[in-house]
Amino acid sequence: MNSNDWTQGGDHLHYQQCGTCANRWYFKRDFCPTCGQTSPHTHLASGLGKVCASTLVHRAPSDEFRAIVPYRIVMVDLADGIRVMGHAEVDVLMDDQVRCEVRTIAGRSLPYFVKDTHVS
Amino acid sequence: MSYLVGSGLTSYGKHEGSSTLDLMSQASKLALKDAGLSRSDIDGVICGYSTTLPHLMLATLFCEHFGISPQYAHTVQMGGATGLGLVMLAKQLVASGAARRILVIGGENRMTGQSRDSAIQVLAQVGHPVYEVPLGATIPAYYGLLASSYMKAFGSNEQDFAALAVLMRQHASRHPGAQFQKPITEDDVLASRPIASPLKILDCCSVADGGCAVVVSSEPVGGNPLKITGAAQHHNAQHISAMKNLNDFGAGQCTQRALQSAGRKLSEVEYIAIYDSFTITLTMLLEEIGLAPRGQAGNWAREGRFSQDSATPLNLHGGLLSYGHCGVAGAMAHLAEAHLQMTGRAGERQARRSGVSLLHADGGVLSSHVSLVLESV
Repeated sequence: MNSNDWTQGGDHLHYQQCGTCANRWYFKRDFCPTCGQTSPHTHLASGLGKVCASTLVHRAPSDEFRAIVPYRIVMVDLADGIRVMGHAEVDVLMDDQVRCEVRTIAGRSLPYFVKDTHVS
Repeated sequence: MSYLVGSGLTSYGKHEGSSTLDLMSQASKLALKDAGLSRSDIDGVICGYSTTLPHLMLATLFCEHFGISPQYAHTVQMGGATGLGLVMLAKQLVASGAARRILVIGGENRMTGQSRDSAIQVLAQVGHPVYEVPLGATIPAYYGLLASSYMKAFGSNEQDFAALAVLMRQHASRHPGAQFQKPITEDDVLASRPIASPLKILDCCSVADGGCAVVVSSEPVGGNPLKITGAAQHHNAQHISAMKNLNDFGAGQCTQRALQSAGRKLSEVEYIAIYDSFTITLTMLLEEIGLAPRGQAGNWAREGRFSQDSATPLNLHGGLLSYGHCGVAGAMAHLAEAHLQMTGRAGERQARRSGVSLLHADGGVLSSHVSLVLESV
């Protein structure tokens, strides 16, 4: 674990929510992309969710990532109501329940999903 | 009415020593010759971007290099959809009277003009600079993610994807300009080097050098005009993390609008040219447009339903997967082949009927879409 940025939620992911229309989104901005309302609320995400897309990357874009191939990248539908992309344990499968940590990967701080064994 | 009156296509693959401007010039020269026009007949120039020549004013730069001074010129950026987007724009410019004869160009030395890592990194920038690209994500990784979701939703498998790669190679084997002409089998695809699961190297288009140009005119000049009867666009979220629906990217409604604007139905289409950056891209587009049932594109390819002698032949030059992909000109090769097919000049690749053609391309990761309908004069 490390407490770097991600991105500004530290060990957690952030998401934003509109106080007017209740829309939630992931990519930060200072207005609601649905209704245009300014001053959205920023929340820490639980980081719990289900894998909705998954790929094991063998051909890395650069030397930093070449050092860790193959690595898994997933998209996760979080219980918080947003979809996020992150790294994951190599044996994570589609539909697995996962939990987000922030880890140092290829020399940078990144969201990393591990299987969540506490889900009933 | 707007007409496509000439096309010019270089071979795709390695053009060592040729720059973006060289490849754009070669293709333009071929297109003008095909249209029976000279440089002085051109009063408009629109072109796509080049990743190896990221200039602020590529169209004007090209005009100086090529030696023309048009009344109208600029560059357009829509990722892989740029080529067809340029033709849609040319159709409208001609209809508005802004120009009468427009040279539309794409060209890039994407293969020899930069390192392979550089090409991969530049293209990955269609992803989000904060939330996606820093993960070490690549274009194949974005499409690998979509493929995993698509396979689960519609039951396609890796062998189905492979069938489309085999078909594109079979078609490319009849085109001397194609980057890859040696036939392959589904087993070859399945056994090829993994890139980003479920995609292997033979599920991915190449990186090539090449150029393609067409001339769009207000009149059916020359010996080989086609009518541009329909065009439409659709724009999704740029990033897959922000896509509302991973099982509907808007390609279907985009082609429907293009067909409507032409007064045509999908059942009337006789030749199809569909963007195939990856086998999964081609699968999703064919099925979303309605050219194959969900989960069946691979089976239909295997059954010959997209082959040269079928009712809806697909990418008879070999597509991005086998003719090659050099950026903006990539999808324009689909257009140049449609032009040859529709004017009866495709030689041993000639389809039986191609009076109405439907073309579709996407940019980014199914982020932007352009559809065109072309018809024989």
